[in-house]
Amino acid sequence: MGVKLLLEKANVPGIRTYDVYRREGGYATAEKALKEMSIEAIVEEVKKSGLRGRGGAGFPAGMKWSFIAKPEGVPRHLVCNADESEPGTFKDRYLMEFLPHLLIEGLLISSYALGSNDTYIYIRGEYAWVAQILEDAIVEATKNGWLGKNILGTGFDCRIHVHRGAGAYICGEETALIESLEGKRGNPRIKPPFPAIQGLWMRPTVVNNVETLAAIVPIIKLGGEEYAKIGVGRSTGTKLISACGNINKPGVYEIDMTISVEDFIYSDEYCGGIAGGKKLKACIPGGSSVPILPANLLLKTAKGETRYMNYESLSDGGFASGSMMGSGGFIILDEDQCIVKNTLTLARFYRHESCGQCSPCREGTGWMEKILQKIELGKGEMSDIDLLWDIQRKIEGNTICPLGDAAAWPVAAAIRHFRDEFEWHINNRELSQTSNFGLQHYADPIHVPA
Amino acid sequence: MSLQFNNEQMTEFNRLVARYPEGKQKSALLPVLHLAQDSFGGWLPTEAMDYVAGLLKIEPIEVYEVATFYSMYNLKPVGKFVFEVCQTGPCMVSGSDNIIAYIQKQLAIQPGETTKDGMFTLKLVECLGACGYAPMMQVGKIYREHLTKEKVDAIIAEYRMQVVAQN
Ligand SMILES: Cc1cc2nc3c(=O)[nH]c(=O)nc-3n(C[C@H](O)[C@H](O)[C@H](O)COP(=O)(O)O)c2cc1C
Ligand code: SF4
Ligand code: FES
Repeated sequence: MGVKLLLEKANVPGIRTYDVYRREGGYATAEKALKEMSIEAIVEEVKKSGLRGRGGAGFPAGMKWSFIAKPEGVPRHLVCNADESEPGTFKDRYLMEFLPHLLIEGLLISSYALGSNDTYIYIRGEYAWVAQILEDAIVEATKNGWLGKNILGTGFDCRIHVHRGAGAYICGEETALIESLEGKRGNPRIKPPFPAIQGLWMRPTVVNNVETLAAIVPIIKLGGEEYAKIGVGRSTGTKLISACGNINKPGVYEIDMTISVEDFIYSDEYCGGIAGGKKLKACIPGGSSVPILPANLLLKTAKGETRYMNYESLSDGGFASGSMMGSGGFIILDEDQCIVKNTLTLARFYRHESCGQCSPCREGTGWMEKILQKIELGKGEMSDIDLLWDIQRKIEGNTICPLGDAAAWPVAAAIRHFRDEFEWHINNRELSQTSNFGLQHYADPIHVPA
Repeated sequence: MSLQFNNEQMTEFNRLVARYPEGKQKSALLPVLHLAQDSFGGWLPTEAMDYVAGLLKIEPIEVYEVATFYSMYNLKPVGKFVFEVCQTGPCMVSGSDNIIAYIQKQLAIQPGETTKDGMFTLKLVECLGACGYAPMMQVGKIYREHLTKEKVDAIIAEYRMQVVAQN
């Protein structure tokens, strides 16, 4: 069993309630932080921990916190990003559903460190019952003196508010989220100014992911240095991985980032192998926007070294032969899955979710979907593959927010690694409607551990 | 005006608005539109949007802009139960196509349509954050996960029973 810092108590009966959470040692860390630590000391521990943002970009949390502007007399806000809409990602939901008080304790410590008296949890609208669980937990925490005015006699006031979104992936992008929280369409803002200077209601704002903020509790409890000893290199602490697709045991797993990808997929403690005894074909290891990898490049890097479940190793080889940790949404495709179709569903997703502000993203995502649809329906031409490549290149880097890149990368990686499958579709228009390319891609049969 | 929150809904409205600073009541727009949709029969007629604009002291256009942007707001009437089935990659590789085809057959409707008796609407939606419990759909405020044909039958029967019991 690996180290568990976040989900250690997830299976304790009743842990969702305040009483059980408290009995299990909950809120003791918040008490220590508020009563015994200065704001600077807390930020320092977070910096030492090496914690990287768990929302997808992996930006160091302590550094982000130290950027927040502190103009005299202007309120500051902490906003918890619980929009969780990147396909393959469902870890924040698990954390909030089963351990709502862990998040609230993390929010309390973080709000104190950032000086946020009104902290918001922006949760995707569809998670209505999870929003209710959080609201109930907030009521309990308030009753017990952990939220409200003059908490623990420290003079610090903190209220936490749950704000439900209404169905828009783009609102996970931090400036779109802020717009949405202001009651507007989720159109990302042009940066700068960054939220740390002018965010919610033009006030200094820090936006962090649910898992990032929950991790503040073990960091303050253990101390930043101890936390940083877990994991490897710049991948410190533990990471939640939501595993899905064609595996025996889909679910949310907490890993310390020293486990190999192969062990994660095949060991019984985690994914339990490929469902139905089938062979592994491909994997999108960090949420739908990160590059898809064929099995051989997933398990070993281009240099032939074992690939591990951490930030550095997953991105080893860059986009030519690697991928990214991203949000930790780990999607497995078995030998029967069609790469063209999978790419099509993702292209449709990004077309649907584009906010429409920039033409490369608005138009490009639509074209990519149409062309992929054409190939999938057995009407593709060879020139379509180059056209797709061309479109994705024209989107990447030419948009206001990273959704454009997120839409381009999956298409680029699918063509890069599975070009012959696209060609097969085009050369076998009829056959491709009734059967699959399967694993023909691999001259070398894929290694399947015993 | 005929559409109005009742006392209980008004209390909820006030609770929502109180979460935001003075003068920033527009921030409550998304939550208030959810409340309006739940209160006024599952969708947002123009009258409902105008009413919300009045309550929040903003222009109606500010409400229309938002209501048309977010996928959870229905701008047309929908059935009593809306089956929102996820069709994105992870669900697709886990068999959502078969489930969608089966629901279409059982309800005899196409995606986007409502059954003649006004009971069910079928909508195809994008990832709902339940990829590990696929195939899945959202019905109202809850998720129905690990769907199989048998489960779909049972769910349809359950909602039919619910309506019979209410009448
Ligand atoms: C299109 C898009 C969608 C995003 N969705 C999410 C999301 O659902 N949840 C999240 O935490 N971050 C999401 N992000 C990242 C946020 O912009 C932001 O980097 C993050 O919330 C910062 O928190 P962290 O540093 O703790 O990871 C998204 C970014 C983009 C560009
Ligand atoms: S890249 Fe796409 S989603 Fe982002 S601002 Fe531009 S149009 Fe909107
Ligand atoms: S892909 Fe269906 S819930 Fe995520």
